[in-house]
Amino acid sequence: MNNTQIKISTKNLNLYYGDNHAVKNINIRIEEKKVTALIGPSGCGKSTFLKTLNRMNDLIPYVRITGDVYFEDLDVYKDYDIVELRKRIGMVFQKPNPFPMSIYDNVAYGPRTHGIKAKEILDEIVKSSLEKAALWEEVKDRLKQNALGLSGGQQQRLCIARVLAVEPEVILMDEPTSALDPLATLKIEDLVHELRNNYTIIIVTHNMQQAARISDQTAFFLHGEVVEYGPTKKIFRVPEDKRTEDYITGRFG
Amino acid sequence: MTRNLFDQQLDDLHQNMLRMAGLVEESIEKTIIALKNHDVKLAEKIYRGDDLIDDLEKIIEEQCLNLIVQQQPLAKDLRTISAALKIITDMERIADHSSDIAEFTIKMAPEKYIKPLVDIPKMAECAKAMVNRAIDAYIKQDVELAATVCTADDEVDELFSLIVLELTEIMKKCPDTVGQAINLIMIAKYLERMADHATNIGEWVIYGVTGKHRKYNNKLT
Repeated sequence: MNNTQIKISTKNLNLYYGDNHAVKNINIRIEEKKVTALIGPSGCGKSTFLKTLNRMNDLIPYVRITGDVYFEDLDVYKDYDIVELRKRIGMVFQKPNPFPMSIYDNVAYGPRTHGIKAKEILDEIVKSSLEKAALWEEVKDRLKQNALGLSGGQQQRLCIARVLAVEPEVILMDEPTSALDPLATLKIEDLVHELRNNYTIIIVTHNMQQAARISDQTAFFLHGEVVEYGPTKKIFRVPEDKRTEDYITGRFG
Repeated sequence: MTRNLFDQQLDDLHQNMLRMAGLVEESIEKTIIALKNHDVKLAEKIYRGDDLIDDLEKIIEEQCLNLIVQQQPLAKDLRTISAALKIITDMERIADHSSDIAEFTIKMAPEKYIKPLVDIPKMAECAKAMVNRAIDAYIKQDVELAATVCTADDEVDELFSLIVLELTEIMKKCPDTVGQAINLIMIAKYLERMADHATNIGEWVIYGVTGKHRKYNNKLT
């Protein structure tokens, strides 16, 4: 029962954009091979927090981070090479952002960057990644076509395939369906449901029903803090904190 | 950010819950009046007439389902609406028992009662008050008030035991009374079950507010 492993944890994590204290003293433990949803109003720090986990904030000059992020007991900011880290912790963004190249090359891009050259191996990676992303059947006859010709939902699944191609352990998703129609959204949700068997997924979403549908754990962020973190079923049925209750019932502010 | 439309819809739901509770209380009251006065006409009206309550149950059920579809309630809203769905079933059952009692009233109308009816009306009064308080607690979201409904059930149970004991004695002394005594015991049993349903309502109110089940009686789960 209780043999869940902690994949990522933070200790007194703070992030400042200049004077703006955007993420405040977060102590959170993300379970392995579970889906963790981060919810909260715009500007509450959930996306910023997500990006601290694979150091996406590194390039923003006025960002200052204190505290620690541990990925499998090693410090993300001290013990990892950033390329290695981002290979193991992949990311999918709000807007599908395929490279302006063929479907095949999009998926093969990561493995090639990591030194894989043999065509048979790349073929196999492309196929299995597209299969895992539930896109293979739709694109197998047009792998050489430009990825920008795909629909929005297909592009987002391609981006997920592109992440899967480098065999990550963790996938960070920052509102991955907010630009998609309901059907494409459901496909991504189904996919997340499938992927949870093999990957640790952390997803930022504004869609409360989506969080309720697809996640095991939910964290509610407000003003940079985690107000409540626990099993999704509990958060959406019987939240403990009044602020969580007000937010998820839409009576916030 | 507020949810004016949603809050208005919840208010409409609560108004209908109050209406249904009012009708259920009325059915208990009239049932006992009919019983006491051998009033076949009134009993027949009750026996045939819980259509109104059934209709209201359907209307409330639809309101709840619409709210789930349109507003996708979560947390307390979700619990309030699911509690409403459970509560109307209990209220409908109580009204069914009023019909059951009315049926006995019709059957026994030509007979003189073997004893003055004292404790049976008392039970009915208790059950009615419990329904009233349970719905009041639902509207006010008052856990303490709901808890008093649940504890009031003990009083009804005691009255039931008392009635059974008394009627058993009467039957022992005079076997001719057996037919009617059994009917009266059945009536008392229906009243006792009404109180159990009212207790369930109280328990649903507590769940709706706190998200936790508190069990007071295990007879009707």
